[in-house]
This record gives sequence, structure tokens and C-alpha cells, in this order.
Amino acid sequence: MSYLLRRTGFYLLTAWIAITINFLLPRLIPGDPVMSLINRAQGQLSTQAIQSLYVLFGLNKDESIFVQYGHYWAQLLHGDLGLSFAFFPTPVASVIADSLPWTLALVGITTLASFLLGTALGVYAGWRRGSWLDLVIPVTTFLSSVPYFWLGLIAIALFAGVNGIFPSSGGYEPGLVPGWDPDFLLSAVQHSLLPAVTILLSSMSGWILSMRNMMVTVAAEDYVTVAHAKGLSERRVMVSYAARNALLPSVSGFALSLGLVVGGTLLVEIVFSYPGLGFELFQAVGAKDYPLMQGIFLIITLSVLAANFVADLAYLVLDPRTRREG
Amino acid sequence: MRLNAKTKIGLVLLAGFALFAVIGPWIAPYDPTERGGDMLQPPSAQHWFGTTHLGQDILSQVLTGTRGVLLVGFVAGVVATVLAVLVGIASGYLTGLAAEGLSAVSNVFLVIPALPLIIIVASTLPGTGDWTIALVIGLTSWAWGARVLRAQTLSLRRRDYVQAARATGEPTWRIIGFEILPNLTAVIASGFVGTVIFAVLSEITLAFIGVSDISDWNWGTILFWAQSQQALAQGAWWWFVPAGLAIALLGTALSLLNFGIDEFVSPRLRACAGTAKVRMRVGFTPVLRREGGPGE
Amino acid sequence: MSEIELEIKGLNVDYGLGEQSVHAVRDVDLTLRRGEVLGLAGESGSGKSTLAYGLTRLLPPPGVIRGGQVIYHPEQGEPFDVLGLSDRQLRAFRWAQTSIVFQGAMNSLNPVHKISTQLTDVLRAHEPGSTRAARLARARELLALVGIPADRLDSYPHQLSGGMRQRVMIGMALALRPKIVIMDEPTTALDVVVQRQILGQLVGLRERLGFSVLFITHDLSLLVEFSDRIAIMYGGRIVEQASAAGLHKDSLHPYSHGLLHSFPALRGPREELSGIPGSPPDLRSMPTGCAFHPRCPHSFDPCVRRVPELGAPQGRPEQDRSVACWLHPAS
Repeated sequence: MSYLLRRTGFYLLTAWIAITINFLLPRLIPGDPVMSLINRAQGQLSTQAIQSLYVLFGLNKDESIFVQYGHYWAQLLHGDLGLSFAFFPTPVASVIADSLPWTLALVGITTLASFLLGTALGVYAGWRRGSWLDLVIPVTTFLSSVPYFWLGLIAIALFAGVNGIFPSSGGYEPGLVPGWDPDFLLSAVQHSLLPAVTILLSSMSGWILSMRNMMVTVAAEDYVTVAHAKGLSERRVMVSYAARNALLPSVSGFALSLGLVVGGTLLVEIVFSYPGLGFELFQAVGAKDYPLMQGIFLIITLSVLAANFVADLAYLVLDPRTRREG
Repeated sequence: MRLNAKTKIGLVLLAGFALFAVIGPWIAPYDPTERGGDMLQPPSAQHWFGTTHLGQDILSQVLTGTRGVLLVGFVAGVVATVLAVLVGIASGYLTGLAAEGLSAVSNVFLVIPALPLIIIVASTLPGTGDWTIALVIGLTSWAWGARVLRAQTLSLRRRDYVQAARATGEPTWRIIGFEILPNLTAVIASGFVGTVIFAVLSEITLAFIGVSDISDWNWGTILFWAQSQQALAQGAWWWFVPAGLAIALLGTALSLLNFGIDEFVSPRLRACAGTAKVRMRVGFTPVLRREGGPGE
Repeated sequence: MSEIELEIKGLNVDYGLGEQSVHAVRDVDLTLRRGEVLGLAGESGSGKSTLAYGLTRLLPPPGVIRGGQVIYHPEQGEPFDVLGLSDRQLRAFRWAQTSIVFQGAMNSLNPVHKISTQLTDVLRAHEPGSTRAARLARARELLALVGIPADRLDSYPHQLSGGMRQRVMIGMALALRPKIVIMDEPTTALDVVVQRQILGQLVGLRERLGFSVLFITHDLSLLVEFSDRIAIMYGGRIVEQASAAGLHKDSLHPYSHGLLHSFPALRGPREELSGIPGSPPDLRSMPTGCAFHPRCPHSFDPCVRRVPELGAPQGRPEQDRSVACWLHPAS
């Protein structure tokens, strides 16, 4: 299992670097934007909250950077990400805890769906090269050149609004209380449909193109010719010889594309005022709420790392060569 | 090198954008920030793309914004490509801890979601003009190119002629400059175009969510105002459609260019000549008898 | 031994269509007899592999068959043209009648499936009624046939050595007891010792199971040793055809002669290797007349102008020999 160990080590390293970037950024850049925020909120902040922001943003100039780094880690490990200014005086951690499930549900499900759907379409487009399926290329090229959020705007203009079928903003009908009751769930699904389709359309094109190209490459491999020579059915050759192998780079590429896809989907949330991390990030940017921005960056990075780890596990199952003598 | 149709279309579109980037501010019929009497008007003879809530001419905003978009895209592309070439070739050609470290760092930057990173870096900076944004994007988006170049360099390094050059004691800079770099041209070019696409989308996003300086016109700024003034709710489609189409067109032009480069590098992706009538199928070679015997 | 198994008539194969197309195989006539090993030799680019893959329409794009017939003679029933079969018929024909052992020992096996899966899926496709247990038993038998222990069924290709993989491929080729086994450079990637082991084993299997072999290689010395008859290809055409012994003793075409003297014979007296000057012709711009004339030490006037036809040479009483060379015009 040296493969998994290596990957785990790599993710720990990445997490450490992301956290350290977060630590260093406010300390490297001149000016103390957070100081002015603290000054403005004077009187409403408890000493403990001020102390926490001092640790996060390095306002304690007397301490050496190493001591600051130690305090920083200690505070993070306690789950203290400071106070949000956009949602004053809610702690960043609880703002994130409220919005994370929305993003996980929306982005998680649509990303998975877009990967599966895009890969399947790519398999067909690559296998039936020269047929009408080649038309997917110009369409997907166009879709992948459009920013996700703009497609979202168009979707709202076309399908939502006063006489539209879908709600144009929010995560559920105002007035409902989030919970596991049918009214709320139905409303949540209805609200997430349009953003989900937007994300699906924009992110699918990448998977289609890469899978199609891999299929074209793999179709020329000897073992595919052997499969044809064996007189296997077209389906069998396509699925378990060509696609099965073409899938491998796609799965290992999943990890790398995930960061991009997540970035794009955060923006879709903004357009739809969807109560997830992207929308919070947007509000944090507008309010210059640095603690919230940094907290969201950390959480997104850690979630992407976790998703990557899952993709690695999938790869391990799919490619026998990585399972070699552990 | 013969250019295929895709590459040609891409180049022509790109040349058009470059032209507008240069002359855009001069041929714009109005000052993009100047307020006018016609507020929130749909497209008309006076205002081809309509007007904003302040009566600003949207066509002028799009034309003026082209320069910023292209400038940021290309500067970021150049910065990222230079970094990618340096890191990619060094980690592919050299051996030992330094090379391993460089490769690990580029993998780390690949996995960290780029857009949130760019947002927190850009919003921490005191000023966010075009050049700052271009630098931030360039400095954070080199990792993909570096990874591809490293893989290519690793395989080139094992080629006979490189081994021979090393054996005869040619200095490393000469081998890299004369044996390795020329063979990476296409990969570098395609990486550059890819980075420009990414940079354009990122800068527009940054402007859209209000991280960039909103006094610089760029297509994202137009969308920022459209969004913040509820253009959608007011049915002002002309406010966000032109800028979005311009982005899509620029992105498509760059993607077409990259397809051309990809097909040049890996011939398997090239469509075969004359496939219009006969579909080439893997596993079932077409039989086209000239004499017209019993066949397909 | 002289019954006909497979007859290739006037086969033409191009790469690409229209003006840019390249003629890789030109007007090839070749007959494979029941139970024999027919060797097909030539330099790379001579069209020998194209011919072999063209037979059962396995050429990758942009390959196109532009003419000719491949007539298969079943033991019972009427002969038929393989190129005229429908997709469905062709699928049923493939592997059941003609199987192929491919060039690359490394890439012929699907890296993500176990050996057992790859041996049994072909059985399942052709004998849909068989049970899983029966198929596994047959797979075990096939491995035993090529001398691989049955516990290797659960291995993945990357866990086997190159020689073992090629043996698996040979075992797989025999899965449906085909009448014809096409071998395309089956042992080139292996070292000489393993190469000989495998070929020896194959000859033994042929004697037991009675299939015929079309053996393609650039190594003429291997053919002289392991085949009954040999056909030599150059520039997409067959230039000489003779019994292995006959060709070894006395090659008529200057190209065959050159080819015979470019490989060291493993047995027999030492000889000086001469090789052939020049390089194989560019299929895009073939020389006029005999394609070999620019490299031929004996080229004379007619060689440049007209293509010599393949036929029995004048003044050679021995049967079963044909050559396409102006030095030995057809009778």
C-alpha cells in the first residue's frame, strides 16, 4: 500500500502548504486591513475575539514569526477561524458550517454526475469518430469557453424570474425551516435544479473532450485490435477494452480538474444567491471580510484534497498495476 | 507547417480581438463611464448594445474593455509560461532532491483550487489594477504547464541524441537550449494558449465578484455592474449578453488554436482526409473495391 | 498436404483515400495450404503486416481494402470470400477460423483484466451456451498447452514476463481450435533463447493440432528453419515464392538473396553478411518498373521500365516456385 501512503503524505504536505500560505499572506503584505476592521468594530468585540484575530492576522508585532506560527496552529486546531465581519459577530467557523452542506450537496452531486455523464458521452464520441457525435466537439468547446457564472445568468434570464419555471435565487422557499421534512426538501431540490444544470453543462465539456481524445488514442492500442480479432461484440470491445483503459487517465485527471471545477461552481452559487460557500465568499469579498475569505479558502482546499483522496482510491481499484506488491 | 481550418479560424478571430484591443478605446462611440440621458435602453441605432442604468453606452464599455482583458490574459500567460518552462524543465532534466522538490511544489499548486487562492491573494493586496491581477494569476497558474513540460523533458532526456550529447560532455545549458527546448516548442505553445484561456476567465471572474479595481473597464466589470444593478430582474438582457459572448468568442478562438496545436503534436487526433464518404472504423477496415465486386 | 486453406487473390490495400493515399499492398496472390507453415518475409514497410491484418479487415484507419478477394475453404461446405462477410458473420469467423498472435508481446494483453478474463471472454463470445466452469477449465487447458501453470490464471499481464505473455497469446490463439494462425513477428521482442523455445513449441503444437500458420517476420533465417514455404515481399508485392529449402539453397530474386545474407544462420557454415545497400522504397513515390531496381546490383534495361510479373521462372523444372524478376522471366 505504498501508493496510498505516498498519496496521503502528499495531501498532508499540500494541506500544510495551504495553511502556511494562509498564515503568511497577511504577514507578507504591507498594511493591516484587519486592524481597521477591528477598530471599526471597537467596543462590540470581546477581548477574546480580538486576541483570536491578532493571532490569525499577525497583528502582535512583538512576537517572533515562529511563535506566531505556533499560536496560529494551536488556534486552528481548536477550530477557531476568527470572527466574520460580514456576519458580525458570528464566528467564521459557524458561517462555514451553515453553508458547507449546501455546497457539498450541490457541487458534490453535480460534479459526480458531470464526470459520469461527460465520460460516457466522451466514450461514444471517441468510439464513433466521424459520425454525428463529432458535433459535440464544437458545442462543448463553446460551452467550456464561457464562464460558468455567465451561463448561470442566461439560465436565470431564460427559465427563472417572474414568469419562469424555476426560482432565480436562494436555496429554499423563504419561510421554510431547514430540516428533513418533505416541503423543505422539495423546495431545496427545486431551487438547486437550475444551478445544477448550469454547472453540469459547463463542467461536462471538459470530461467529454478528454475522454474522447483518450478513446481515440486507446482505440489504436494492440489489445483493442486483439479484442476485435477475437470477434468479441462491439460493446464488449468498446466498454471493457477501450473505455476501461481510457478511463484511467481520466480518473487521475479528475483530481487535477477538480480545483477548476470547484472554482467555477462557487461562482454559479453567487449568480443564484445559493446559500453555499461561494455566495459567502462573494459577500466576504464585498465586505472585505478577510477572516471569512481565509476560512473559506482553507475549507475548500481541504475538501478538494479529500475528494482527491477518494479519486485515488478509485484509481487503486481500477488499475491493477498500482496494486502491485504492497 | 500547414495550418488546418480550426487553427486559421482561431487565428483570424484572435487577430480581430487584438485589433480591437489596440483601437477599441478610439473607435468607441462614447466615453464608457460618461452618463447619458437614455437610461437602461435596449439596443438602438444610437446605442448598438443598449445602455446601463446610468445611461452609459455598453458597446463603448465592451470595446474599451477589450484591451484590459487581452493585456491581463497575455501578461499572465507569459508569466506562467516562463515559470512553467523553468520549473518543468529543471525538474525534468535535473535529478536529486531539488528536482523532486520542484515537482512536488508544482503538484501542490495543481491541487490547491486556483480561483479561491487567487481571490484571497488579490484581495489582500493594497491595489488591484490590471498589472497586479495579471501577476497574481500568472504566479498562481504555472503548475499545469510545469507538470506537462516535466513529463516531456523526462522522456526527451532518455532519447539517444540527448544521451549522446551528455556523453560527449556538452554543457547542460547547451543541451537544454539546443536539444531539449526546440522539441518542446509545441507543448509550450499549447500550454501558453491554455494558460491565457484560464487567465482571461479568472480575471473576468475577479472583476465580476468585485475583487479587481472597478474603475478599469473590462468585460467582467460590465457584468459586475449588471449583476449589482439587478439587470436580470429588470429584463436588461443586453447588459450582460454582449460581454459574455465576447468572452465566449475569445475563449473559442483560443481553444481552436489549441486544437490545431494538439493535432499537430499527436497525429492520431487528426481527422483523416476523405472521411466524408467512408467512415473509418477501428476493427473493421472498409472494403472499397474499385472493380465493384461484392463488397460494402 | 496440398489442399487449399486460404486463397488471396489480387489483394490491394491502401492507406488513406483519394490523392494522398499510399498503396501498401499491390495485387498480391498468395495461397495457404492446409497444415503448412507459410513464411512471409520482407523489410519493414514491405507490406507484410498490412497484408496479414488486411486479410480479416483488422487494419486500423486510414487503411482501406481497395480490391481483391480472400477466399476461405472450410473443411465442409463452399468456399467463401472473407471480405464479403457482414460484420456479424465476420465476428463469428474471426478467431474461430483465423486467430492472430500479434507483434507486441507487451501490448497485446489488456492491462486491466486478469489472464482468465481474457482467455474466457473469447470462449463466451463464440460459445454463448458454455458454462463458466467449462470456460475456466478450457482456459486452464490452454495455459497447460503452452506450458504455463494454471495458477497464473489469476495474474494480471504486468505480473508476467514478456515470454510468458507471448505464450499466453499463443494459448489464446488456439482457444477455438482455429484452422489458421497468423503470427506477426511473434517473437521479435523476446531474447533469442526464449524466441526459439516458443517457436519450437509452436511447431510441436501444429503437429498435434493440425492448423496452418502464416508466419510473418523480417528474420529470414527463422523462416528457413521453421516454415515449409516462404514468400518474400518488397514494396507491397510478392517478389519470390518457393519452398523453404529451395529458397535457402538457391534464391532467384536479388532481394531474396540480399535478405538471406543479412541474418546470421544459427546453424551451418559461417558466412559473410552482406546486407542490402540502400533503404526500403518510399511508398509515396515508388520507383518505376521493378521497385527494387534502384538497390539491385543486377539491374538492367527492362527493370526500370516495366514491372516484372510473378511466375514460374523459365528453365527451372522444379515445381512450386515463382519469382518476379527480369533476370528470370516467366515462362
